Amino acid sequence: MSAVAVARETGARLANAEALNATLAWSQAALDAEAARVDALPGRGALHAMPIAVKDNIVTTDAPTTCASRILEGYVSPYTATAVERLRTAGAMVACKANLDEFAMGSSTEHSAYGRVKHPLDPARVPGGSSGGSAALVAAGVVPAALGSETGGSVRQPASFCGVVGVKPSYGRVSRYGLVAFGSSLDCISVFGKTVDDAARVLQVMSGPDPLDATTKAGRAPLAAPAPPADLKGLKVGLPKEYFPSDLHPGVRAGLDRTIKALRQLGAELRDVSLPYSKYAVPTYYIIAPAEAAANLARYDGVRYGRRKVGPEGDIRALYRATRGEGFGAEVRRRILVGTYVLSAGYYDAYYRKAQTVRALIAQDFQRAFESGVDLLLTPTTPTPAFKAGEKTDDPVQMYLADIFVCAISLAGLPALSLPVGRDGGLPIGAQLIAQDFAEARMLSVAGVLERVLGATEEVRG
Amino acid sequence: MTWETVIGLEVHVQLLTRSKMFCGCSTAFGAPPNTNVCPVCLGLPGALPVPNGHAIRLAARAALALGCSVERRSVFARKNYFYPDLPKGYQITQFDEPLAVGGALEFESPERGRIRCGVTRLHVEEDAGKLIHDRYPGKTAVDLNRAGTPLAEIVSEPDLRSPGEARAYLTTLKQILVYAEVSDCSMEQGSLRVDANLSVRRAGDPSLGTKCEVKNLNSFANVERALEAERDRQVALLGTGQRVVQSTLLFNAGTGQVKLLRSKEESHDYRYFPDPDLPPLVLSRAWIEEQRAVLPELPDAKRDRLAARYGVTVYAAGELARERVIADYFEAVVAAGADPKDAAKWVTGDAMTGYNEVGRFVVPPARLAELIALVAANVVSGQAAKKVFTSPKLADPSAGSVRSVAETLGLTQVSDTSALAGWVDEVLTANPKEVERYRAGEAKLIGFFVGQVMKKSQGKADPKGVQPVLVERLNSK
Repeated sequence: MSAVAVARETGARLANAEALNATLAWSQAALDAEAARVDALPGRGALHAMPIAVKDNIVTTDAPTTCASRILEGYVSPYTATAVERLRTAGAMVACKANLDEFAMGSSTEHSAYGRVKHPLDPARVPGGSSGGSAALVAAGVVPAALGSETGGSVRQPASFCGVVGVKPSYGRVSRYGLVAFGSSLDCISVFGKTVDDAARVLQVMSGPDPLDATTKAGRAPLAAPAPPADLKGLKVGLPKEYFPSDLHPGVRAGLDRTIKALRQLGAELRDVSLPYSKYAVPTYYIIAPAEAAANLARYDGVRYGRRKVGPEGDIRALYRATRGEGFGAEVRRRILVGTYVLSAGYYDAYYRKAQTVRALIAQDFQRAFESGVDLLLTPTTPTPAFKAGEKTDDPVQMYLADIFVCAISLAGLPALSLPVGRDGGLPIGAQLIAQDFAEARMLSVAGVLERVLGATEEVRG
Repeated sequence: MTWETVIGLEVHVQLLTRSKMFCGCSTAFGAPPNTNVCPVCLGLPGALPVPNGHAIRLAARAALALGCSVERRSVFARKNYFYPDLPKGYQITQFDEPLAVGGALEFESPERGRIRCGVTRLHVEEDAGKLIHDRYPGKTAVDLNRAGTPLAEIVSEPDLRSPGEARAYLTTLKQILVYAEVSDCSMEQGSLRVDANLSVRRAGDPSLGTKCEVKNLNSFANVERALEAERDRQVALLGTGQRVVQSTLLFNAGTGQVKLLRSKEESHDYRYFPDPDLPPLVLSRAWIEEQRAVLPELPDAKRDRLAARYGVTVYAAGELARERVIADYFEAVVAAGADPKDAAKWVTGDAMTGYNEVGRFVVPPARLAELIALVAANVVSGQAAKKVFTSPKLADPSAGSVRSVAETLGLTQVSDTSALAGWVDEVLTANPKEVERYRAGEAKLIGFFVGQVMKKSQGKADPKGVQPVLVERLNSK
């Protein structure tokens, strides 16, 4: 099929999916232009004519990049993110810019200045977040793959809620150049796929060192294409006991039981492991990520670009106050305040420094588990299936706990993915596979085998 | 009651790179506003810094030239504050793990002879942009060309005891950094900037008094003036039983006074933390030694070598070593065959006058050496040589040999006895009374006759040759 034809079909699907509020910018004209560009490419790239949704905190030059914030309303970047450049070179087409929680801060995509994203299977529910727009577009079949970003689970968690594959690569595998920074030591451009293969192909194209990002890692093996084997004999999978609490949602538990059973049947060996410091992951994350965010979001000051509002006093400080006070939503302001507080003189040691110490201990836990001989870890992705819109918006801590099983992996910088393993009451359940640093290929292969044997839409409780 | 002044200096120098600290933009001075900018130095969403390897090299060389040890591991940190000239809302600098620590400078104190001032640390950072207040009435313009320019910040120990010592420290620091070719240290272009901390205590008191920081110092002379004013202000406060309040002050060069910018309570909490965009800077021992190996001979070493090797005085050697080009010129003149002492006299004298005027030595070293040889051979007198030296023809090797230049200018001297005898006879004939007085025993008149012969010869006569001829003629009649 020609790229032009794909662009037409994608446009029709985007139009049909408007009710999800999953996109912030798309046009048939832009899609057609992408198609014309792809058809003019010499030869067929690895992602020839693949339409891909791009989370709106990843910069492109042909549409605004707003981060779902009023403060960047209408802002058009003069350059394109490295990851998007690489996808385009491989023949992919940017289908649209996808809605998100403002500046990727949130777990439900309810914190968008441009309205919440609806869950494709139940409009009363949230798709998860912060990459909820990207997840919903893949789940609704609008695009086969989408870019999201992770700081603390923002792709795996919505992938689990929406019943799609969500892959977070190792920190340093994919260039962050052009990803609007939230928590720089955690941020990873990540990918949603309808299938493991879709996600893996996109990830493979984006991967590799970038001279424009000093935190990409050179000298590592390039990401090999996953090759799902016939069985999983010899594979050792660890089950961290801290990730299977007694009060785990029964549907989630049933989904994981189903996955464990399938692994056994495929010949894998399952072992109990322990990650004792993971229980500190959420509080640790909510010190480090806001601290970095407070600095990263300081540039939105109304001086050079974006929204500007002059306060009543008319001086520069009033400009900052009015611009930032009105430009940022409540959750973003909350995190800037927290981040500013934890870095303040007199509090740094008690919060930021301690959080860094705990972060190292959390990473060490994973290292020890892998050194004990397991190849992968298996956990639930989320403590519950998708919750209802409005359910947690008044209680930030409950919202933060939606990321309890994904945060620690981000702090450790490890690759992980969420795989749909069935449904409970019609709502998708996700299982999380975690691998050692830069060991994505094995993890994707195992996910590919599981995907083949597990019916992703089957009810997990009979 | 005697008071002791304690001063420490923070000096920012711009590193001599062609591109900025964390992006590829040009660092050229004087470009139209906001033309040397890109997403990185504008702080656009999604842009990331990548360190400039050459800036790190130059900073390491600067540190080694100042006797610091370069750390194997240093860390970039974010210094957070809001200001319109700061595009990211934070400056990338180094905080608790700087590039280098523990150096020292040695120099002459105006009061205490040769002293040592410790260099606490040297770290790398990026510059901010510039605010322009006089371009649009009632508005402030922002020029971000300078934003992201690489700087080294050099912090001294509080080892300086007078404004004069502060100035001497700066002069020495600049000399070394210019020598090492890490910065041009031009205060006019802002490539060297100074903040000074000063406190006062009772002489003999081991603890430090409350310090104030003085900013807006735009020349070494003004650093000295500002510190004198601040010292006097603090001494006056303490002398009348008042306290010094820790604060930041601005120097007004017009009035010669300092005025309060902000007190400590109003000071920023910069919330430093390691920059997650930049991995720790890890340098190998071999790399550090490479930087040490490419350092040129530094001023003190050069002075000592020139004195020892060429037998010139330590003072003259110090003058020659003041700048690398001066010493290089001197050594080239010697290499071209000139006597080192004569060469030193010329290079620190007439040649230096020209150098100070035009910023370079216009006479090729070989031609100066040739001129020096002509003086030694009595072909050109010392006086005439000065005229030959300033002739444009001397700077031009295609204008023939130095001797021919001197001849064309009529500045070669005559030492041929028969030619001299002609002028001597003319002088003796024209001054019969003086001849009589001389012959009557007034021997000191010989000087008068020599002068007359020089005048008659229009300076061409070799004075050393004139006297024997005069004596011979005066005594023979």
